[in-house]
Amino acid sequence: MDEKIGVQSRQRINSDQIFKMGATIAGAFVLVMIVLMIFQLVSESYPIWEEEGLAFVIGTDWNAVEGRESFGALPYILGTLTTAALAMAIGVPLSIGIAMFVSDAPPKIGAPLGFLVELLAAVPSVIYGLWGLYVFREYFIDYVEEPLHLAFGDSIWLFSGNPFGLDIFTASVVLAIMIIPTVSSVAREVMRAVPQQQKEAAYMLGATKWEMFKLAIFPYSKTGLIGASILGLGRAVGETMAVTMLIGSATGANAIPYSLFDPSQTISGIIASEFPEASLAGLHLPALIGTGLILLAIAMCINIVAHLLVTRMLKVKEGAINN
Amino acid sequence: MTTKTSLLMVLTAIGAITMVPFSAYASASPDIPDPNQEFTLTGAGATFPFPLIDLWRVQYNDAFDNVNLNYQSIGSGGGIKQHIEKTVNFAASDKPMSEAERELAPGTLHIPESIGGVVIVYNLPEVPNKGLNLTSDAVAGIYLGEITRWNDPAIASENPGLDLPDKEIVTAHRSDGSGTTFIFTDYLTEVSPTWDEKIGKGKSVPWPMGLAAAGNEGVAAIVKSTEYSIGYVELAYAFQTGMAFASVQNGDNSAFVEPTLETISAASSGVADTLPSAEESWVGVSLVNAPGPDSYPIASFTYLLLYDDLKSVTDNKEQAKAAIHLIYWMITDGQEFSSSLLYVPLADSVIELGKQGLAKITYDGEQIWNYESDASMDLEIPKWIRDNAKWWSEGLITDQDYINGLQYLIQKGILKV
Repeated sequence: MDEKIGVQSRQRINSDQIFKMGATIAGAFVLVMIVLMIFQLVSESYPIWEEEGLAFVIGTDWNAVEGRESFGALPYILGTLTTAALAMAIGVPLSIGIAMFVSDAPPKIGAPLGFLVELLAAVPSVIYGLWGLYVFREYFIDYVEEPLHLAFGDSIWLFSGNPFGLDIFTASVVLAIMIIPTVSSVAREVMRAVPQQQKEAAYMLGATKWEMFKLAIFPYSKTGLIGASILGLGRAVGETMAVTMLIGSATGANAIPYSLFDPSQTISGIIASEFPEASLAGLHLPALIGTGLILLAIAMCINIVAHLLVTRMLKVKEGAINN
Repeated sequence: MTTKTSLLMVLTAIGAITMVPFSAYASASPDIPDPNQEFTLTGAGATFPFPLIDLWRVQYNDAFDNVNLNYQSIGSGGGIKQHIEKTVNFAASDKPMSEAERELAPGTLHIPESIGGVVIVYNLPEVPNKGLNLTSDAVAGIYLGEITRWNDPAIASENPGLDLPDKEIVTAHRSDGSGTTFIFTDYLTEVSPTWDEKIGKGKSVPWPMGLAAAGNEGVAAIVKSTEYSIGYVELAYAFQTGMAFASVQNGDNSAFVEPTLETISAASSGVADTLPSAEESWVGVSLVNAPGPDSYPIASFTYLLLYDDLKSVTDNKEQAKAAIHLIYWMITDGQEFSSSLLYVPLADSVIELGKQGLAKITYDGEQIWNYESDASMDLEIPKWIRDNAKWWSEGLITDQDYINGLQYLIQKGILKV
């Protein structure tokens, strides 16, 4: 009997050790990857920082012509942030609406709908790009951009540009569609995790459906919903293919968007467009890798801010419970 | 008497020339790949010639089934990168290597393998077919944003028969770095001092204005879907999609030339005499605005790049031999496949240049192919000289006349004394 227990505990120790090793390796892997990535980006983009310094981040020139090289990434930083923000503004409310419907609808309707939304995530981004370019764009010009431009073009600067359908507005709308599955499926799971008693308590107090969401579900799932949005933001910031095809790919100062109908360019877009033909000699390649480093920094900032937001909210909530 | 003796010497010399066209090891084509071995050759680079290189791969493999070619069309920049890193047997590029790149890959040979033409396409409901005439100033003006409307006098004056509308011109260009953009901006730089000063030439340039899209298909999509737009695409792409394209003023400013395989080919013969040899720098080489009334002005060679010593990029001498034979085949027999894919075949003089380049290649310092130029065999003694000799021996013409004939041969380099 004793012997048997001994064997078992020894076995347990072995499997514990294996688990520990496995987990350590997995954890170290992430760290090593990130460190290697940063190291590679910094070392390969070093020439551009040496040449341009801070001007590379705040400059607006982008000229890869031999002998006239001058690089500034600001237009692409702005393009990236603008499209991501617009996509979030359109996509997140829509996603949360979808999540509310799916989580509270009868399973017969909710389940297939949830499945369909998740199917959107399986569509490759090049398909979104091609669809946007050949199908969506045409309708979007005729039924959205032109009317907006005609109605508000003279009064509101946002709609002043000449609508061609290859601009930050089109790119952001398609981008919004692309982040919907990510945001809505996470939001749905978060809402489903709200204890049934909470919801029933709200109903017992005579709450309508909307009031139930407002009183019972949102306070409970707030951090989760922010997390879901951050996942969507991550995708919006890094999305390359579809955005590159739709944003109009302006370069340099032309890529700074003044209105919704101006072409622009994102960081990942400029890398995808120019990397394959960038000359090994000269600063073009280091400049493109440098924009990659900036993108990494932006992604890190977003994550840190999101992390701070979530932890602060958690604290507030704990405080509320303790009181 | 002395004259007679020297004449005899000259005659002996004629005999020597006609009898020994080949030195002991020289041959007109390189050895075929050793049939008892399997070879895999790798290349990487430009996307523009990919369909042609892929057809060559298949056709060459039909003829020599022990040789397989693996060509990755990753873009000229990527090809040059792999060439510098010596990870491929050869590379392909739409643009000659720059001086800085040549320093990173010393001993690189440029072998032109085909010619690319860039066609200006437009979408004008009033002019649904080809036939719009554009001067070089008009093209540059449109892309600089100085000519903004279709009925601008700079366009209208050259198109008296066409009904050009008072509509704004929408320009389209490539958003991705590309050889097509290089050829087009090379042209604009050549014809417009303003363009040269403000923008310059390159695979990606700071466009002053216009819509951008990736790839020929992207530019074509913008032009097709946007009325009153203008763009530039590869010749083959314009032909295959049936878009309306413009005739462009030639380099001599004497006529408007429609882009066809023939007019682009004419451009390459126009510059043949001025080309450098394979091992020299090709930086300044351009088919843009080539002389000749029928030369289409927006064209360029596309190149194969390989090292003058293949030891560092091949496994052994036999593989190096196979590589040379493959490239030789591409620029000679392979040219007959060009037109079927709407690529422009090389002129003979350019092929000759490529052959001379291949003959310079060594393996660990040892020459692989001792090439005897066909050119020396072309140097035939003209028939009238033969007649002269007959008449002279029969006493029908004077010594002086005969000597004049021989002097002609010496002048032409057929005789050496």
